[in-house]
Amino acid sequence: MTLLQQQGGSDTVQELTVEEVRAKYGTLMPIDDEENMLLSMGPQHPSTHGVLRLVVELDGETIVNLAPDIGFLHTGIEKSMENQTYLKAQVMTDRMDYLAPMSNNLGYVLAVEKLMGVGSTPRADAIRVLLVELQRVSSHLVWLATHALDIAAMSVFLYCFREREYILDLFEMVSGQRMMNTYFRPGGVWRDLPEEFGPALEQFLDFMPARMADYETLLKDNPIWLQRTKDIGIISGEDAISWGLTGACLRGSGVDWDIRKATPYCGYETYDFEVPLGTVGDVYDRYRCRIEEMWQSLSLIRQAWEKMPSGPVNIDDRKIVPPPRSELGSSMEAVIHHFKLWTEGFQAPKGYIYQAIESPRGEFGCYLRGDGSAKPARVHFRTPSYVNLACLPTLAKGTFVADLVAIIGSTDIVLGEIDR
Amino acid sequence: MTMQQLDTITAQLTAALPGVVEETADFRGERTILVESENLLQTMGVLKNDLQFNFLSDIVADDYLNDYPRFYVSYHLYSIPNKVRLRVRVPVEDPDEGPPTLAPLWHIATWLEMEVFDLFGIRFADNNGLRRLFLPQDWQGYPLRKDYPLGYEEVQFSFNYKEIDAKKPYAKD
Repeated sequence: MTLLQQQGGSDTVQELTVEEVRAKYGTLMPIDDEENMLLSMGPQHPSTHGVLRLVVELDGETIVNLAPDIGFLHTGIEKSMENQTYLKAQVMTDRMDYLAPMSNNLGYVLAVEKLMGVGSTPRADAIRVLLVELQRVSSHLVWLATHALDIAAMSVFLYCFREREYILDLFEMVSGQRMMNTYFRPGGVWRDLPEEFGPALEQFLDFMPARMADYETLLKDNPIWLQRTKDIGIISGEDAISWGLTGACLRGSGVDWDIRKATPYCGYETYDFEVPLGTVGDVYDRYRCRIEEMWQSLSLIRQAWEKMPSGPVNIDDRKIVPPPRSELGSSMEAVIHHFKLWTEGFQAPKGYIYQAIESPRGEFGCYLRGDGSAKPARVHFRTPSYVNLACLPTLAKGTFVADLVAIIGSTDIVLGEIDR
Repeated sequence: MTMQQLDTITAQLTAALPGVVEETADFRGERTILVESENLLQTMGVLKNDLQFNFLSDIVADDYLNDYPRFYVSYHLYSIPNKVRLRVRVPVEDPDEGPPTLAPLWHIATWLEMEVFDLFGIRFADNNGLRRLFLPQDWQGYPLRKDYPLGYEEVQFSFNYKEIDAKKPYAKD
């Protein structure tokens, strides 16, 4: 009996020999071997970055097999969204990947816009790029902080959180919330950037490169860091594609695919940036990819800020975008639109679409099906963390338990996104 | 440009496997092709090996309650070399006899199919590893189906107490 079966696990698994099960399910089913030990790691393990439980089969200290056990954070977001209007459902997207709410918002908003057949304004696009790249930096800062903490480099954690705090303050300035922003809306953004945002952002762009250089001195050539990350958790480019890896996990293995470059959205084709690639596909390469991505993001933020076009931040379509407050006092039509939009919402046509964006963790896809009503008939999110988790057993097999912690950190999973 | 690319790909697919593509549909610049589930593995094999759709992005199920066939499963493919997306859609008449697993083509397929099984109850043929993933092991029903209520519990009054109590799923006697 496997541990999962003992808990009432799968009734569909027949009694097979150890070798048969290994050959067939390999990564999914841990086997209780006579000599091996089964270790339950999590769900309250600090280095699993959330409520992730790993059932690990150990031979001494070497990992023979492991199975992720998830579902401790099940929220039913997809089901709940089917019962909300398109606008109201958006607040739930923030809560999935709580380290990158802006990216989730963007994925969902772009999907709604695609389904409705509308676009946004040039200024809104630039604001979106700016904020999403800020979000990428902040998300990677948390990744770097916790990843380094897992491998016992304590001070990086404190530095990274200091800078992340500054970015969250910028978000609060823009949207009124540090996290859970819901700032992007179908057809544009909630409101224009406030005046005090500009100086604050410029200050950030001034001090951030020096801080990034600090992180580099702490880790890049640190012999302990190199020993803990080099040649650990290797995956080849071909395997990475087959396992559906995206984001830095895929690019660490040398596969050149960034959605911002390949199928640009929000005008990414007009920006000048590089896609950093790794060669070996180990923990160190994934670390390098993310750090280089942060440098690219800083450059993107600067570019977006410098060429920020003037103009409206919302499209002129009152069926989708609420009228400005100033009009409500004088225009009856505006009141009607306002009322209709917040009570009934807008109707999306029949049809289904899939929109993918490059979130900090990889391909964040949103599948939306409209049925002619004001509520989505089906919402589905292809969350990068969920897919990236699947190859964890492949990465971890044959390594030591201590390396497992480094490997989890390098895949950069967020459990809020894994559980639905 | 992408639509022309997709036209070529669809033509190549039809040439390789005549009669397999039941229907194609375009919506908002996305191409969907409909195939029967017995032809799925073959179609996907051609798409992956000959037409360079090397990345399986996502598997999504749709529930059209009161319609026949009730379920559809969509496979979102992406071609990293050609930078183009394609959706392959399969009707599922009986959720217990779902489409074949794509595990022979992509490692990730079993993992994505598990999610669909957990939330929709579609059993992918030959995927014996299907188990409850997000929900507790003893969970009843499949929450993303349209006939599954949204956390709603009927209120019991004195006149219909027994009637509603009989429907409630807890151990009795």
